[in-house]
Amino acid sequence: MNVVAPFEGIGASLRRKEDSRFLQGHGNYVDDMDRPGQVCAWILRSPHAHALLRSVDVAVARAMPGVVGVFTGADTQAAGLGGIPCGWQIHNKDGSPMAEPPHPVLAHERVRHVGDPVALVIAETRAQARDAAEAINVDYETLEPSVTMAQALRPGATPIHEGVAGNLCYDWHIGDKAIVDAAFAAAQKVVGLDLTNNRLVPNAMEPRAAVGEFDRYSGDYTLYTTSQNPHVIRLLMSAHVLKLPESKVRVVAPDVGGGFGSKIYHYAEEALVCWGSAQVKRPVKWVADRTEAFMSDAHGRDHVSRAEFAFDAQGKILALRVATQANMGAYLSTFAPCVPTYLYATLLAGCYATPVIYAEVKAVFTNTVPVDAYRGAGRPEATYLLERLMDVSARELGIDRVELRRRNFIAVDAFPYQTPVALQYDSGDYQTTLAAGLETADWDGFETRRAEAARRGKLRGIGISTYVEACGIAPSAVVGSLGARAGLYEVGTIRVHPTGSVTVLTGAHSHGQGHETTFAQLVADKLGVPTAQVDIVHGDTAKVPFGMGTYGSRSMAVGGSAMMKAMDKIIAKGKRIAAHLMEASVEDIEFDRGTFRVAGTDKTKALVDISVAAYVPHNYPIDEIEPGLEETAFYDPKNFTYPGGCHIAEVEIDTDTGHVAMVNFTAVDDVGRVINPMIVEGQVQGGVAQGIGQALMEACLYDDQGQLVSGSMMDYAMPRAEDIAPVSVATHVTLCTHNPLGVKGCGEVGAIGSPPAVINAVVDALRDYGVRHLDMPATAPKIFAIIQGGQKLAAE
Amino acid sequence: MYDFTYHKPTSVADAVALLAADPDAKPISGGHTLLPALKHRLNKPSALIDLSGIAELKGIKREGDAIVIGGMTRHADVATSAEVKAAIPVLAYMATVIGDTQVRNRGTIGGSVANNDPAADYPAAVLGLGATIITSKRRIAADEFFLGMFTTALEEGELLTGVSFPIPEKAGYAKMRNPASRYVMAGALVSKGPMGVRVAINGAGPCVFRQAAMEAALSSNWSADAVAAIKQDADGLNADIHGSAEYRAHLVTVMAKRAVINAG
Repeated sequence: MNVVAPFEGIGASLRRKEDSRFLQGHGNYVDDMDRPGQVCAWILRSPHAHALLRSVDVAVARAMPGVVGVFTGADTQAAGLGGIPCGWQIHNKDGSPMAEPPHPVLAHERVRHVGDPVALVIAETRAQARDAAEAINVDYETLEPSVTMAQALRPGATPIHEGVAGNLCYDWHIGDKAIVDAAFAAAQKVVGLDLTNNRLVPNAMEPRAAVGEFDRYSGDYTLYTTSQNPHVIRLLMSAHVLKLPESKVRVVAPDVGGGFGSKIYHYAEEALVCWGSAQVKRPVKWVADRTEAFMSDAHGRDHVSRAEFAFDAQGKILALRVATQANMGAYLSTFAPCVPTYLYATLLAGCYATPVIYAEVKAVFTNTVPVDAYRGAGRPEATYLLERLMDVSARELGIDRVELRRRNFIAVDAFPYQTPVALQYDSGDYQTTLAAGLETADWDGFETRRAEAARRGKLRGIGISTYVEACGIAPSAVVGSLGARAGLYEVGTIRVHPTGSVTVLTGAHSHGQGHETTFAQLVADKLGVPTAQVDIVHGDTAKVPFGMGTYGSRSMAVGGSAMMKAMDKIIAKGKRIAAHLMEASVEDIEFDRGTFRVAGTDKTKALVDISVAAYVPHNYPIDEIEPGLEETAFYDPKNFTYPGGCHIAEVEIDTDTGHVAMVNFTAVDDVGRVINPMIVEGQVQGGVAQGIGQALMEACLYDDQGQLVSGSMMDYAMPRAEDIAPVSVATHVTLCTHNPLGVKGCGEVGAIGSPPAVINAVVDALRDYGVRHLDMPATAPKIFAIIQGGQKLAAE
Repeated sequence: MYDFTYHKPTSVADAVALLAADPDAKPISGGHTLLPALKHRLNKPSALIDLSGIAELKGIKREGDAIVIGGMTRHADVATSAEVKAAIPVLAYMATVIGDTQVRNRGTIGGSVANNDPAADYPAAVLGLGATIITSKRRIAADEFFLGMFTTALEEGELLTGVSFPIPEKAGYAKMRNPASRYVMAGALVSKGPMGVRVAINGAGPCVFRQAAMEAALSSNWSADAVAAIKQDADGLNADIHGSAEYRAHLVTVMAKRAVINAG
């Protein structure tokens, strides 16, 4: 009987290997770790947005039942702990470096946002630690908070950090202002738009958690943490905060329940549990509750922008001019400064052949939670700005909105395409993804559906967004020249065991992406090993040589490419061994999915024959080749990757209440080569759901005293399944030209392309009500006010 | 949460005795309001008296022209009760739209009514159908029961044991959910029956209330148009980041209109 193994390689919609343990409740998360002798930490947090710490009296707390240690900012300062470092340095227009104020692990002398850590309490139980925290007597002298960027920038605003004039982190720009201004002066038509990109709270399902374990005999530290990049955390924490040799620190990020960017950064609690463990000589666990997550996880977005297109008489874009203010929050989170610059302004060409662009960005400190990358990071802000401005322009130029986009697309034969804002796109086909999107969404049949909805008393609208993004982060030399303090390569090790099964060690980290499946598919495809015999190891600095982690849709494009490189090395070595075993010349050995063959003959050796020989080198060219079959590769990408596509949203508005219902959503994305179509579909749908959340529901709101009003699920509106339309996902592939897989990335496209499609649909639905623009989220009361206002206009 | 003593009595008499013995004790039914409050340390009872072991508090039965529902009856049981669906379909419908599946499998009618959260669903059914609250010591008419935000006519140590709903000729319910909490932003339950024409509004104000102008309009003309023209005064209504008092006032009219349509 001939049994044909099911195809498991690149392109197979393989079920996720990891789901079996997740669905049965046997995932292994940080809060599942209980170390012998473990004690619990509670962090006392500031209730004030801005205050001087006149005194922190912990005497009563120290004497409370079960308490083993209470530490304040004075203690961490005295111990010489460093502050939380920032991983990116931006330079001002005048060439001077950005303001980079200290970010202590425990507030010292001053608190700068509600939730700022003030004291670390360690006790036998979590409840005892919390009881003791409540007994700490803090004397706060409140200061005037700057909650909004406008407040922080106004003359006379109280400085949030000593020495940071005007609360300005940096004033940066890109492009040639004079050339762009001249293009505007010569333009036939200028269309401008003011818009905000609403602040969001990431809300991964698993809150952050950390366990620190100090071994007093070896002096080693182990940190178990909810991280997207354990090696980066080890580097930042050991070198900058704890000031330890990296070799003394092991960081483990086991199963992690979602990140969306919020678990990239090095947080104070990670250093505090490690340092605290050394102080009390016991392992220390800290787990955030949801309320803490709202006030201590880095938030996302929060831009205020003015954007203008200059057009010629035919509707061709001549120039783009953008001025943006970006909220940094109270301190600089790990990658915060690069988000509104190199992940935002460099994307302002979008998929359009805009000849010249000038953008200036002011990054502002405020008395709010730090803001950093959140799914898409800068690219959703750029896409939203462009695609809203495109729709407003189409209307004001009297050109159909699809036609205006088509007229300005970068042509399919123009690649590689150098944009005026630093990036060089390698491939793309925007006309095709647009055409596929229009057809799938039945764009041409919309007016019939609108009329039918009107008969039911509903306002129906359709909106489109065509986008490009830059991910697969990133070429180290390029980002280094732009201020990154790290390289952004990835590392992969392929370990072929004696019996032919394979362990892959990767610096990428899976927290929902399905790496245990898709990476195994690469091995199945290239080495011919069934995925059941391929295990993926990630998230442990003691097991994986090095790595930069998972964010910026980089795992497959960079991490997968490192594995491909390592497999090339395995094959090269395997060929030499095969040549020896089959008494042939190495140049004559061919390899295809697990079989080494002497070219033109039927002499073959399987991969397992080679691995046995490599580990049991009895008949082996031992003088020429080392035993063993394990190879490591570092892959540094040559360029970013550039997914793009077309998103189309269709909504219906209830005119009685203003409620916007999603009725249909179409995504046609070019994510490069698709490794697992099912996983790509899930990634796109998840991203779209977050984009719909941003567009219609989510708003992180502070009151004028800097209290987080939307500080829980009672007031922060997360989308539920019923709020998301059926999302139709399709792909049209153009290959990335510079990585070995041809992949571009799919993790963020959903969240990047969708918000403007939704808002464009809402504005379209309201086309009879005189609305030019509305800011996200398009909540029911906001839409109802527009409808009422429009009716008043009609009546007057 | 802070430490507390836990009791699980098996009779109403025992529960009442425990409550009488400890003024800082609190009864707990489904716990969907109390447990989060405890976890946030917003409440510090000396003891919790778990009512889930009291068999006499559970169940749904028809008594003459009324449906009587035990205080510990879960929302899911009301939603799926053939008795309720046949006699008072609006009540079964309301139970299907409270919270989510998890809430409906834990939350109880007694807990919801006794708590009197302004944004809860059941108070609108109790007031809008003219129900009678049955307690460990007396019967209280709905009109006398809801006194203000999280405040009812229940006295210290008095336990809500059930609710008796008169069977209406027709009744309908409509609500708009808060997009974050999914509690009621504004809702209306309208009914016509032995208790007259009643319109109860929940979510919009600090406490469920009857809308007299709408009741008058529906009494003379039972139709959606009759309430459509009636404007709710925004004065005193709730206002927050999810909607102004004026918006909620507008929703009151919309929901009342829809409730009449749903009533058929």
